[in-house]
Amino acid sequence: MTTISDPPKASFQLSMLIYDTRFRSYTFQFIALILLMLLLGYLGANLMRNLSDQGQNISFRFLQEPANYDINQRPIAYDSQSSHLRASIVGVLNTLIVAFLGCLTATVLGVVAGVLRLSPNWLVRKLMAVYVEAFRNVPVLIWILIIFTVMTAVMPAPSAFRGENATASMLFDAVAFTNRGVYVPAPVWGEGSMVVVLTFLASIVGVFAYRRYATRLLYETGRLLPMGWPSLAILFVPSILVHFVMGQPVTLDYPALKGFNFGGGLHIRGSLIALWFALAIYTGAFIAENVRAGIQAVSRGQTEAAASLGLRPNRIMNLVILPQALRVIIPPLISQYLNLTKNSSLAIAVGYMDVTGTLGGITLNQTGRAIECVLLLMLFYLTISLAISAVMNVYNKSIALKER
Amino acid sequence: MNKTVFLGALTVAGLAAGASAAATLDDVKARGKLNCGVTTGLAGFAAPDANGVWEGFDVAVCRAVAAAVLSDANAVEFVPTTGKTRFTALASGEIDMLSRNTTWTFSRDTDLKFDFAGINYYDGQGFLVPKALGVSSAKELDGATVCIQTGTTTELNLADFFRANNISYEPVPIETNAEGQQQYVAGACDAYTTDASGLASTRAAFENPADHVILPEIISKEPLGPLVRHGDNEWGDIVRWTLNALISAEELGITSANVAELASAPGGNPEVNRLLGTEGNLGEMMGLDNEWAKRAIAAVGNYGEVFEKNIGEKTPIGLSRGLNAQWTDGGLLYSPPFR
Amino acid sequence: MSRDNIAFVRTHMLPESPPPAAERGAVKWLRENLFSSVGNTVLTLVAAYVVIMLVVSSAPWFYNGIWDSPSLSACREMLDGRTGACFAVLTERWNQLLFGFKYPPALYWRPTLAFVLLFVALAPVLFYRYMPRGLLILTGLYPFIAYWLIWGGSLMVPVFALLGVLAGALVYRRMLTVSAGVAVLAGIVAAMVVWWAAGRVTPSLADVMALQPVASRDMGGFMINLMLGVICVSLSLPFGILLALGRQSSMPIIKWICVVFIEFIRGVPLITLLFVANVVLAYFLPPGTTFDLILRVIIMITMFASAYIAEVIRGGLAALPRGQYEAADSLGLDYAQAMQFVILPQALKISIPGIVNVAVGLFKDTTLVSIISMFDIVGMIRGPILASTEWNGVYWELFGFACVLFFITCYGISQYSQWLERELRTDHR
Repeated sequence: MTTISDPPKASFQLSMLIYDTRFRSYTFQFIALILLMLLLGYLGANLMRNLSDQGQNISFRFLQEPANYDINQRPIAYDSQSSHLRASIVGVLNTLIVAFLGCLTATVLGVVAGVLRLSPNWLVRKLMAVYVEAFRNVPVLIWILIIFTVMTAVMPAPSAFRGENATASMLFDAVAFTNRGVYVPAPVWGEGSMVVVLTFLASIVGVFAYRRYATRLLYETGRLLPMGWPSLAILFVPSILVHFVMGQPVTLDYPALKGFNFGGGLHIRGSLIALWFALAIYTGAFIAENVRAGIQAVSRGQTEAAASLGLRPNRIMNLVILPQALRVIIPPLISQYLNLTKNSSLAIAVGYMDVTGTLGGITLNQTGRAIECVLLLMLFYLTISLAISAVMNVYNKSIALKER
Repeated sequence: MNKTVFLGALTVAGLAAGASAAATLDDVKARGKLNCGVTTGLAGFAAPDANGVWEGFDVAVCRAVAAAVLSDANAVEFVPTTGKTRFTALASGEIDMLSRNTTWTFSRDTDLKFDFAGINYYDGQGFLVPKALGVSSAKELDGATVCIQTGTTTELNLADFFRANNISYEPVPIETNAEGQQQYVAGACDAYTTDASGLASTRAAFENPADHVILPEIISKEPLGPLVRHGDNEWGDIVRWTLNALISAEELGITSANVAELASAPGGNPEVNRLLGTEGNLGEMMGLDNEWAKRAIAAVGNYGEVFEKNIGEKTPIGLSRGLNAQWTDGGLLYSPPFR
Repeated sequence: MSRDNIAFVRTHMLPESPPPAAERGAVKWLRENLFSSVGNTVLTLVAAYVVIMLVVSSAPWFYNGIWDSPSLSACREMLDGRTGACFAVLTERWNQLLFGFKYPPALYWRPTLAFVLLFVALAPVLFYRYMPRGLLILTGLYPFIAYWLIWGGSLMVPVFALLGVLAGALVYRRMLTVSAGVAVLAGIVAAMVVWWAAGRVTPSLADVMALQPVASRDMGGFMINLMLGVICVSLSLPFGILLALGRQSSMPIIKWICVVFIEFIRGVPLITLLFVANVVLAYFLPPGTTFDLILRVIIMITMFASAYIAEVIRGGLAALPRGQYEAADSLGLDYAQAMQFVILPQALKISIPGIVNVAVGLFKDTTLVSIISMFDIVGMIRGPILASTEWNGVYWELFGFACVLFFITCYGISQYSQWLERELRTDHR
């Protein structure tokens, strides 16, 4: 209630704290602050009392102590004598691995499904709708468990590959699907492989350079260079040539039956696969909807205008629709990445040793330091999500600048 | 607005919890129920039967304490806990005692601030493997995939064992025994490791128990026992001596069948008399009445009866007494005297 | 010249001939939708192959399904080598899947009735244009009735809780003339006073109209998922609105409290919050206080949902044209009135799809409680059922059943939301 007449100045009354709009906000903020302090103080006091009652304290010294447990998937050197801190770092890396793989796969799936949902083909459209609805409406935890069950209960055991009357066989003698995961050939970086890797990296740069050049040529002179096969050629041919010139430094280590399991090769564990695919398929369904919404957000007139200029359908998509749709697609896409990363904490349901499994799981159990572990766990996820938010803000700013 | 369901529930919870104070015994008496933490399900040790009634070796300890304190062996609220939640549940007072095949270790006793009230089962960690694997010793498990329950001491023992023998393995961490069983049956791991008693119990639940063997190596000492919070010694005493009463009862020949008769009048053995309250006032010293032990024994039977009923050789679990025989029979069970 | 020789002049119209076969009916549709180009034809064939393979491989599984059998091995015997499902696990464990394994079987009617009443209570809200407003009273009463039905105990507990709410609402109405904030505070205080007073008398009335009480930890199965979903979403709506308003507020301290809370909650996975509920929360309560795991979980999930709903509503608030705020001000409405009569009704309307998305997501996330050893439907499947000797190895039937339950619920909700969006569409008329 705003007053038009000047309020009397000198006489400040206590009731003005409530009735006067000028002071009221201060009163509220003050009360809110006091209440917050009281709440925090209350919780803190309880915490202190509980801890002292149980003779415990808050201390992060346990991070330096040996963890005493083993982890199956170790991106960095780790054994049971390493510290809890190192175990946590292994967990963090495992989280990042599954998040990275998941985001990549989810994007591919989502873009394909999203574009196909708008396909003129009725059957494909409906099939994609079924995919999107089925996966969006069922909890991701159930999908993780289902894929994990497929991995453990349906796949053959390594022993099925053994002996004369083996019931299972390896794909191309190189890939083995077992109920302990998938064994694929692993690259072995021999002497001189650095050169091959560098060549490959250079080729990637080369591809981008070529595409830029081709685009510029198109805009400036109207000459059209082919894009597809030269890119592929630039990407692979030099590396393969260098590989043979250097005397094949990069070899493949094929998995082979050894003892109880397969030895050699790269072991992608069932838990990783379950988590990776479930997260990718689930998030892919959401991304498909974002992509569809993004494409539909580009007005039909744009398609028609492009068509009237004589562009072919795939060029309309690439040159007109997608660049505009991306602006709408990318912000929700990034938040889907964030969701996927957070959902990767469900690793604990299938025993994948991510940070929730090591720091929030075994370390917590073995040391009993629940508060410290959960706190560190939250800090980790908070850091990741704030970092992703920061990236998103930068992106939003960058597209906002281009707006006319 | 549904806000009130929550607030209403909060009020109810607040009312229920309001009376809580330091002395566990008073709490339990006031509540009329003993909150006892057990596993989420391990056949023979603690598992709900088809009607949801909890049964098992660890459950019997809870029931004995409830009988001693509350005169009703059924006045127990069983709280299923996992390896992760059990200690927090006890520390926070959600449960009054934990009877969940928990290994007595130094750090749990000192660092985690719990008091072990005794040992009700002397166990050791073993390995369960399918016969088809053709393994006769744990030392042959080089490179094997091993399923293991996380948050237990077995996880640490396993790491130690393989490191000491300089062989490698692939741990597959699982959360509950049920999951471990599924993974093992599906062949996702070559071996399943946990306490030997747990392995026997797990194997008993298999369709063809005979296809699986428990390897001879016992790689650790696992003294399992009930535990309570540090600092409430009166309550700790009650749990400790209830367990001892069950053990002594077997030694002294008191069974659930004859306990009523023995307790009706002082008999020839003074220790029996003291235990059953016909002589002296041991119960009062603990803040209970003198018939506490009689009720506990009448409710669940003596240690031997509990063992035979739940995990003994006649049950599907089929464990022999072994280390868990009375000291007079060459075992380790040795209750301090009731005096 | 006979008439036959003159140039042809039509004297009557030819009857319309049907379009050519290729431009008509099913053929046209097929041609345009499935075989319009080479690429499209290939896609169609691939898709058709996938569909046919799926149907062919799963049909016998459904068709041969065994609905009555005591165990998996008996079921396999009955199937006698054929492919087939053992749906018997669903019939045999039906009650466990829905109610958990400890809810007293004699009392199954109570949660079932509460579930049916849920629709009665929701209908006036969901279809408020087609229902008399008076029925909203049912919605208001529902939480108390449902609480009484599910948890049992004396009827007095929900009655007093209701009285507290009524007292609070009454005081809020009265104090609204002073200021919205004061009114909210006074309302809360009044409700607290009533509850406190009720807490004194309730124990003596414990037997009045008492249903057999059921402890929270005896509940399980899909019931838990539904309960958590319904309770947490409805609780988080008011909190979410408050947080969103707080975040938009011009008062810096209140704004920052809300921002920190929202960003913190949104930045961590739900599972860590459940860990807090499970293992950490007890440390922050007065010594000796323990309350149900389910209650702790409700608190944490509600906090989680509030933060997300707050962000959705903030989006709705931001989407309103500035003119609406100015118009409300120029009418002389104060903050509470402006919000209540002008801003929120519009902002909430814009936010409905977002809120429904959050609700569906939250409902799906209730399965996470199985990780902290609660026996919701996933917990029941992974724990007691798959571990039992009889049903060890039945995966598809059980997980499929859970999928179907969730799909029906979530798909239904999102269809409703789309319908409502069309209903509420005010722009293109």
